[in-house]
Amino acid sequence: MATKHTLVALVENKPGVLNRMASLFRRRGFNIESIAVGHSELPHLSRMTIVVDGTTAMVEQVRKQLDKVIDVVKVSDITGDNIVARELALIKVKANSATRSEIIQIVDIFRANIVDVASGSVTIEVTGDEDKINSLLSLLRGFGIREIVRTGRVAMVRGGSSPSRMEKKSSNTHAKRQKDK
Amino acid sequence: MKMTGAQILCESLVREGVEVIFGILGGAVLPLYDALPNYPQLRHILVRHEQGAAHAADGYARATGRVGVCMATSGPGATNLVTGIANAYLDSSPIIAITGQVARPFIGKDAFQEIDITGITLPVTKHNYLVHSADSLAGIVKEAFYLARTGRPGPVLIDVPRDVQIEQAEFHYPTKVDLPGYKPTLQGHPEQIKKAANLINEAHRSLIIAGRGIIISGAYDELKQLAETAQIPVVSTLLGISSFPESHALSYGMIGMHGMAYANLAVDAADLIIAVGMRFDDRATAKVSAFAPHAHIIHIDIDPAEIGKNVRVDVPIVGDVKAVLNALNKLLVSTERVDWVQQLDDWRKEHPSTEIRDSDGLLPQYVVRQIYEATKGEAIIVTGVGQNQMWAAQHYWYNKPNSLISSGGLGTMGFGLPASIGVKVGCPDSIVWCIDGDGSFQMTIQELATIAQEQVAVKVAIINNGYLGMVRQWQELFYGKRYVATALSCPDFVKIAEGYRIPGLRVKHKREVTSAIERAMEHQGPFIIDFKVEPEENVYPMVPPGAALAEVVEAPEKRKKAISDSAKLPVSNI
Ligand SMILES: Cc1ncc(C[n+]2csc(CCOP(=O)(O)OP(=O)(O)O)c2C)c(N)n1
Ligand SMILES: [Mg+2]
Repeated sequence: MATKHTLVALVENKPGVLNRMASLFRRRGFNIESIAVGHSELPHLSRMTIVVDGTTAMVEQVRKQLDKVIDVVKVSDITGDNIVARELALIKVKANSATRSEIIQIVDIFRANIVDVASGSVTIEVTGDEDKINSLLSLLRGFGIREIVRTGRVAMVRGGSSPSRMEKKSSNTHAKRQKDK
Repeated sequence: MKMTGAQILCESLVREGVEVIFGILGGAVLPLYDALPNYPQLRHILVRHEQGAAHAADGYARATGRVGVCMATSGPGATNLVTGIANAYLDSSPIIAITGQVARPFIGKDAFQEIDITGITLPVTKHNYLVHSADSLAGIVKEAFYLARTGRPGPVLIDVPRDVQIEQAEFHYPTKVDLPGYKPTLQGHPEQIKKAANLINEAHRSLIIAGRGIIISGAYDELKQLAETAQIPVVSTLLGISSFPESHALSYGMIGMHGMAYANLAVDAADLIIAVGMRFDDRATAKVSAFAPHAHIIHIDIDPAEIGKNVRVDVPIVGDVKAVLNALNKLLVSTERVDWVQQLDDWRKEHPSTEIRDSDGLLPQYVVRQIYEATKGEAIIVTGVGQNQMWAAQHYWYNKPNSLISSGGLGTMGFGLPASIGVKVGCPDSIVWCIDGDGSFQMTIQELATIAQEQVAVKVAIINNGYLGMVRQWQELFYGKRYVATALSCPDFVKIAEGYRIPGLRVKHKREVTSAIERAMEHQGPFIIDFKVEPEENVYPMVPPGAALAEVVEAPEKRKKAISDSAKLPVSNI
């Protein structure tokens, strides 16, 4: 059964690495739902969060293909793990003196922020999981949404360990995977 | 010491032990070529089309186990390499492609002969580089060679802008590579190996499917030991041919679409498949849902992404084939499998797939067999693609390790002739025969000039059926014999060869075959024989597209004995 999977990849900060990853998804017929990239805690390394839709077997095949990309240090499918996942969205909503206070109330309930106010609109910044952002959006839709920009999911496994600590990727992960069988 | 980028590149190639480069120059590699004469260790072979350069490097790499190198200029030179690079990629062949690029300030400006070759080759290389400065060049070459030959080998491209070739930098050849994202697993997991050994020790009808991974890893002895200790019959994929001597009592030939009927029946009946260094290509498995329906599968491969990609696997073992087999062999108890081996021998008697029918006509199978006889199986055979390739695989007996060089994954017509140049250059003491199709041959025929100029002593047997034969066979069998665009009007190949100052012979009759082959072998240099074979001969056995291995069809004259559906298989009583 196809479900959403969250992959986290630690990659070398080299030109073309995003292209290499994206090309692989395209080539194997996968749609990337979202992808978020930025610097990691290690110099020269970036961390990507990729959300894809697929069966566990298909996603595992793609994960292994990604792992083969030389600039990819490590990729894990953290879907089944206990994770923190967040997304940030900026939402520009139509607003006038009649609706503004109602919008502010909704924003407060969602612990979102108003980051810009103009004569005919307000811009809201919200952070949370996709469900939270989607419910806020559905409440705001009635006022008229002008523009939405979303970062896509960023995610991290809860607890003390850091994936960059387990960098010796291949032997350990394969051994573990083989053992699991 | 300061050097130019061109010198750094040449120095680095020398450090990597490169002895030959196949290439064609052009504006964007002029500085590089200008430096070449100062490095006499680096022999340059001028080909006539860059595709030929890549195939030659590929042939060299497959035959020697070393990294092959090809070189081309920017733009069209680079794009001409692409087919050859893709071919090497699909067959895990280690080559380095060095391309010139326009000078750095012109990149991205659609300059004359600028092409994004790193972008184009991204899905067909193991890795590629655009070099941004002369001081990074040595490190990149070091990495590129390391990546090409280790783990699962493959092509690596290095794109070098023209001004980087001129730029001065300090030359230090690194002793180590630092690739945090690349750590191939070599040793198999001991638990998994133990599981595999248990399965093998318990199975009654186990079968080894040998792939090219055995050849790449040089695991010939380990494979033989596995087969002999546990008395396990061995079949192979197309590229696994010559990983196990075909004269061995436990060898049962190739599986797949044109595999031996008995080999395919064995896969169908086996209760344990030990797949070694192979990737379950659809030409080998046929209908994948019906592949080895009764078997547990042990899959040994160095590439974790191959595990479970096409077929379900019960015991995956990621690692270098040689290391894994070594460990596995220690856990095996020697066993007799008399009934199972007897069963395979019976099938081989019932389905003599390699038997050549009696005919007064000139049969392609007969030509291949006579090449085997004349060379006593000592030659390295390089093939084209199509029927010629399948007959070469079926009717020559490969007893010598790594003696079949063929385009498996990409099935590239035109591979044969240039690849055979690389093979002969890499193995000058071996007899090299290129068994080619009249269509395939014409796709890279211009490399005859390279052969003549460099006096590369390859012997070429053109299986001239006047057709794009394999496609014609499909039209005959599956498209109501409507032959569309498959008839070839061929030039006089002997005259063509003569034009290149290469001697040749035409053979139209069976009785002339042996003497012609002998003539070719006696001649010191390159030689061509144009065999005018039966035009509409078909390749059998054949598993029709979409069918399962067990549905293998024999040649019509052998059909009376053939099995056409798996229900008739004596699976239940063995
Ligand atoms: C570059 C390329 N183009 C087209 C094909 C499709 N194809 C496969 S076999 C074949 C016929 C090959 O003809 P020939 O070389 O004469 O060999 P034969 O089958 O007649 O022995 C063709 C066209 C291919 N494999 N490669
Ligand atoms: Mg032909």
